[in-house]
Amino acid sequence: MIRTEALCKTFQADKHEVKAVDGLNLDVNPGEVFGFLGPNGAGKTTTVRMLACLIAPSAGRAWVNGLEIGKSNLAIQASVGILTESPGLYERLSARYNLEIFAELYGVKDVKGQVEKYLRLLGLWDRRDAEAGTFSKGMKQKLAIARALLHEPPVVFLDEPTAALDPEAAKTVRDFIETLRGQGRTIFLCTHNLDEAERLCDRIGVFRQRLIAVDTPDALRRQLFGRQTVVSLTPMPEGAAQAEKLAGIVRRLPFVQHVTVLDDSMGSNTDTRGGYKLVISLDDPALRNPTIVQTLVAQGAQIRFVNELRHSLEDVYLSLMHNGAGPASKL
Amino acid sequence: MKQIRAVVRKEWTDMLRNKLVFYVIVFVPLLMLAIPVVMLLVMRMAPVNPQDLEEMQGVLKNPIFAEMDSLEALQSVMASNMMVLFLMMPLMVPVTVASYSIVGEKVTRSLEPLLATPITTTRLLVAKGFAAAAPGIAMTWVCYALFLAAARLLAVSDRVFGVFVNPMWLVAMFVLAPLMTVMAVMVGVIVSSRVSDPRAAEQLGALILLPLMVLFIGAMSGFIMLNSATFWISSAIVAIADVALVYLGTALFQRETILTRWK
Repeated sequence: MIRTEALCKTFQADKHEVKAVDGLNLDVNPGEVFGFLGPNGAGKTTTVRMLACLIAPSAGRAWVNGLEIGKSNLAIQASVGILTESPGLYERLSARYNLEIFAELYGVKDVKGQVEKYLRLLGLWDRRDAEAGTFSKGMKQKLAIARALLHEPPVVFLDEPTAALDPEAAKTVRDFIETLRGQGRTIFLCTHNLDEAERLCDRIGVFRQRLIAVDTPDALRRQLFGRQTVVSLTPMPEGAAQAEKLAGIVRRLPFVQHVTVLDDSMGSNTDTRGGYKLVISLDDPALRNPTIVQTLVAQGAQIRFVNELRHSLEDVYLSLMHNGAGPASKL
Repeated sequence: MKQIRAVVRKEWTDMLRNKLVFYVIVFVPLLMLAIPVVMLLVMRMAPVNPQDLEEMQGVLKNPIFAEMDSLEALQSVMASNMMVLFLMMPLMVPVTVASYSIVGEKVTRSLEPLLATPITTTRLLVAKGFAAAAPGIAMTWVCYALFLAAARLLAVSDRVFGVFVNPMWLVAMFVLAPLMTVMAVMVGVIVSSRVSDPRAAEQLGALILLPLMVLFIGAMSGFIMLNSATFWISSAIVAIADVALVYLGTALFQRETILTRWK
C-alpha cells in the first residue's frame, strides 16, 4: 500500500545540506496500522509530507496506493487522508463549515451526508455550528481527524494524533483509530507515544533519518532481548546461596541460555517481595517452562509465580536508539 | 470549478468574520469616497479664489476643462484629482486580503491541510486571487456609483458631471482599476509566500501604491496630462506587468518552500 525505495530528502540550511530522510526503504501492507517511531527531528513529518505529496523527495522513489509519487500526485492526494501535526482549522468558521470546504475540495459527492456522518461519529454533531476556535484541543483534533477521512481514503497518515491531548481525549482518538483499523484502512501513524504504538500498531518502524528497525513489537523484543521466563521463589532458609544453587541446576538444562538471580527482598510487588527471582533466557518458554518448574520443585524450591519477562516497547525503542539495530532486525 | 468555488466561499466567509479585514474592505473605501464628495461640496459653496486658478494653470490646459468657467473648472479639476483615491481602493483591499489569505493561513497552520488536498497551485491561486480581487473591485465600483450620485447633486453644471463619466474616468474605473487589482493581488501573493507575518506582507504589498502616486502627483503638478489615452497606455503597461506577475507569482508559490519555511 505504501512502498519506498531509497527515499531521501535533503534541505538547505545555512549554506549546508541537511539530510532529513536518508535512504528510506519501507513496505506498509494494506489494512495495516504501521507505527513510525522516532525522536523529534528524526524526519517523520518530512516522510509523511513526501508520502502525501506535499514536498518532493530529493532522491529515491515511493508509491502510495499503487501510484508513484511525482507522477500521480493529485491522484495520490485524492486517495490519502492526512492529519497534520497541528489541526490547522479555520477557527472563525463552524465545525460543519470546516468540513464542508474540505469535502468539496476532495470532490466528495454527498457533502452534507459525509460531513454529518463524521461529525456524529466523532461526537461533534451537537457543536456543529460552533466556531472551531471555541473548541478544546481534543475537539479540534477530532475535527481534524474527521477532515482527513471525509473522502474515505484507503490510506491515512496520522502525525502525532494524541500529542497534547488529555487522557480522555487521547483515548477517544485511539478508539477511533481502532475503528479505522476495523474498516481495513492502512494507517501510517507517527507517534512519540510508545504505549499508543504498542496498543495500536501491527508493526513499527524505528526511524532516525534512516530506518533502524522494522517489525512487530513482539518480534523486535525477541530480536533484542530474546525470550525470558521469570520464576519467583518463596523466601528460603539459606537465602542467596540456595537461590544460586538452584540457578546453577537450571543453567545445566540444555535449552537454557542464561540465568540471573535477583534478590527481591526490596521488590515493589508485595506478592513476591522477600524471595528471589530467577530470570531464565531460553528459546521457547511455552515448551520449556514445565521442565524448569519440575526441575526446581524436585530440588525443593517453592514457586510462587512463573511469568514471561516482557520488555516494554520503551526498552526496545531506547535500545534501538542507543545501540542501533541488532543483527536479527529486519531492515 | 467546485474546488475554486469552495476556496472562494471559504475566503469570503472568513473575511466577513475577520473584523480587521472587513473594516478595511468596507470602511476604508467609504472614507476615501467621502474626500471627493466633500471636495465637490466645498467647491460648490466656497467662492473661487483667483490664486487657486492661477496655480492650476498647468492642469487647466487639459482640453477636458476647455470652455468651462472658473467655478466649473475648479470643481472638475479638484474632483478629478481625487480619481487617485478610486484607483487606490481596489489596491488596498486586495493587498490586505491576499496578505491575510496566505500568510494568515501560514500563521494558523491551516495551509498544510489545504495543500494536502488535490487542488492544483493554479486553481488555488486563481481562487485566492479572485476572492481577494472581487471585493476590492466591487467596492470601487460601488463607491464610484455613489460618487456619481453625489456628483449629480453637487456638480455645478452638467459639464462638470460629464467630466466624471467621460472616457478617461470610464477607462480608469473599468479597465485600469481591475488590471491594477490583479497586480495588487499578485504582489500580495508574492510577498505573502516570502514573509511570515501578515502585517509585514500588507506593508510590503502597499508599495504598489507608489507608481499610482507618481502618476497623480505628476498630473497635479501639470507634468503629466491625464486623459483617456494616458489611461489606455497605463492599462496596457499594467496588463503586461500583470501577465509577468501571474507567471512570477505562480512560480514563486512553491508549496515546499512555504511549508518548510514557516517556522
